[in-house]
Amino acid sequence: MRSKWWLAALCVCLLVAVFSPLASSEPDGLERVAENKGFLELAGNSPFQIIADYVFPGIQNEAVATIIAGIIGTMLLFGMAYALAWVIVSSSKKKTVPKS
Amino acid sequence: MHIPDGFLNAGTAAVTGVLSAGGIANAVRVTGKQLKEKQVPIMGVLAAFIFAAQMLNFPIAGGTSGHFMGAALAAVILGPWAGLLIMSCVLIAQCLIFQDGGLLALGANIFNMGIVGCFTSYFIYKLVVKIFPNTSNNKLIGGFVGAWIAIVLASAACAVELAVSGSSPFGVVLPAMVGIHALIGIIEGLITVAVLGAIKATRADLLEPAGITPEGATK
Repeated sequence: MRSKWWLAALCVCLLVAVFSPLASSEPDGLERVAENKGFLELAGNSPFQIIADYVFPGIQNEAVATIIAGIIGTMLLFGMAYALAWVIVSSSKKKTVPKS
Repeated sequence: MHIPDGFLNAGTAAVTGVLSAGGIANAVRVTGKQLKEKQVPIMGVLAAFIFAAQMLNFPIAGGTSGHFMGAALAAVILGPWAGLLIMSCVLIAQCLIFQDGGLLALGANIFNMGIVGCFTSYFIYKLVVKIFPNTSNNKLIGGFVGAWIAIVLASAACAVELAVSGSSPFGVVLPAMVGIHALIGIIEGLITVAVLGAIKATRADLLEPAGITPEGATK
């Protein structure tokens, strides 16, 4: 089980994502400054929306939509960083092995 | 601290974009020499954790929230270059899929939270560990101080970009950003220490980050 410690760690990450509907919806540090100092209206909208604002589209219950967005994102990031690291590690190994 | 589109002018977006692209390219080169096979799942778990934890905004004084950044956590566990790759993965996914952070501002966001965040926290962490070599909690203290300074300096970098872009005067935006993030940084530090403490208790062998230079990894 020791070798699969990261599966347990990934479960912890998914658990964190499940709690995401409890997050404060107050503006964050930069948004607060932008609002107080009068440049928030400069912000433009994205030309496209996929899972905008961490709410999975088409689901009535916002908490459920947020949890789904969180789980998708958490799994996606695990896959992205794992794949990137795997490509980096395996391609550098090829370079060090002399071609025969 | 994700900058949306519209806050930065083209020049600032371009300069930070070039710096971040160069940083990522070098990070791929350096981590190719540093990263061990057993660390591949750590990259995945850290990116997953930082993404999930960033969703959990916590309330800070005065109708404002803050969220975890994670650059220090990544840099202290895997070193600043691998940390930069992790932060870049998170910020690119947040930008392209979750519309958090502008497309044109992506370079600036990677510069602030990735490059500034990972390297400042790593330097501070190493410094604290060096100053207190015989304290058993030196890595936790280093993690806390590094995480606090990283988010404060990332917010300062963000303020400089906003001022240079003409969105807000330097004397107004810098103290405002640094002031709020000095508070958010305390939570950043506590989360970083909690995770580092959990790792120290279970897998202390993971707390040996790779260095700035590729050669630093071999020791």
